[in-house]
Amino acid sequence: MITIIDYGAGNIKSIQNMLKKIGVMSEITKDASVVKNAKKIILPGVGHFDHGMKNLKNSGLIDILSQKVKFEKTPFLGICLGAQLLGNKSEEGIEEGLAWIDMDIVKFDKSKMLGQQKIPHMGWNRIQIMKNGTLMKGLESEDTRFYFVHSFHMLPKLKESVLTSTYYGYEFVSAVQQDNIFGVQFHPEKSHYFGMQMLKNFIELN
Amino acid sequence: MVYMNRLIPVLTMSNSKLVKTRCFKKPNYIGDPINAVKIFNDKMVDEIILLDITATNEGREPNYAKIEEICSEAFMPFAYGGGVRSLDQIQKLFQLGIEKVVLNSILAENLGLVKEAVAIFGSQSIIASVDVKKNILGKYYAYTHSGTKKVKMPIVEYIQILEKAEVGEIFLNSINRDGTYKSYDLNLIKLLSELIDIPLVACGGAGELGDFKKGIEAGASAVSAGSFFIYKRPHQAVLISYPTQKEISILNFNK
Repeated sequence: MITIIDYGAGNIKSIQNMLKKIGVMSEITKDASVVKNAKKIILPGVGHFDHGMKNLKNSGLIDILSQKVKFEKTPFLGICLGAQLLGNKSEEGIEEGLAWIDMDIVKFDKSKMLGQQKIPHMGWNRIQIMKNGTLMKGLESEDTRFYFVHSFHMLPKLKESVLTSTYYGYEFVSAVQQDNIFGVQFHPEKSHYFGMQMLKNFIELN
Repeated sequence: MVYMNRLIPVLTMSNSKLVKTRCFKKPNYIGDPINAVKIFNDKMVDEIILLDITATNEGREPNYAKIEEICSEAFMPFAYGGGVRSLDQIQKLFQLGIEKVVLNSILAENLGLVKEAVAIFGSQSIIASVDVKKNILGKYYAYTHSGTKKVKMPIVEYIQILEKAEVGEIFLNSINRDGTYKSYDLNLIKLLSELIDIPLVACGGAGELGDFKKGIEAGASAVSAGSFFIYKRPHQAVLISYPTQKEISILNFNK
């Protein structure tokens, strides 16, 4: 059973549709007592950093989520904005993030880009796996691609937090990991077989 | 490393039936959209745009039940357009699993609502659809209401107003080329893509794989087609297809 956090920011239905396709039960909740018993947690998210963070605060779920993730080591996956919220702060807004992973969220720096890439980065792109582990198992092939839509990206302070990187004008961090906490900038729920494989891997985590 | 340009099948439907037009006329019944989406899913297409082309003119709401059914089988980015006139409708579509909402007739009628939608849901989720007809003097005009209502403003002005409203993408369809396989209107793509910074998705006229490359070279950020992916020529038999990644890479389509 996967617990998907409903805090009013994100395309929750697509995640549930894909989990259903791979035969995994999921529940969508904003109820702390449900989160308390969660075995695995997904935090979706689309939109503005401040909007997402305020909604998450208003949901009253941050304490129980911290308890689960930090003390019980429940596997946790943030997707897109849900991954960015794991950081300390974002150039997109003024709200403080969850600060579970030591990173800032920064806007794509046009001055560093080799080429005339448009922002947002919208479309399919490859990943380079920087750290071995369960989440990206079976996704090492060159054919692997994921769907991205974002204008801001994660910038971890520690190299050990980098799970994958992706090239868009320059190399940026497209997935992070620290122990049981994962964050992916791309949308596995919209990335066909590749997303299904990644979500299966997430389910297999202990 | 390369960045991949998107290649997008466009499905047009009338309420719940999949149809394909030629020059926005003579809708030909194809089948159930869910079957087409399932096949496109197996072929791992980059994205799908689904348009209900009669909703606005018939004063209908989007067919939410059908859209929800289709979304449950769509594991790629999915855009829907047709009959969308309010923020509540947009909200509802996102809840069903749609990523992007395509707006067309409302663009010329209520730009304020478009701006509100962008502020609430983000630019990346709002596509402005611009159907263009070239008149006998060779002049381009945008049309709304499935090609029946002319936007009097010059097209270059219209497209820039849409960009200022901060829509995420422009979906540009050539009415003259729709279903003709005569290739994209490359002059039109060039003219408009040079005016804007946001991605332009070209549609209308793709007849062979090489047309996609030409569309990108003319300035489109993504290329799309209807008939090309739905029919097998020369007899126009219904056969859903999509090039393999290998076929796309041979084209050197990625730039």
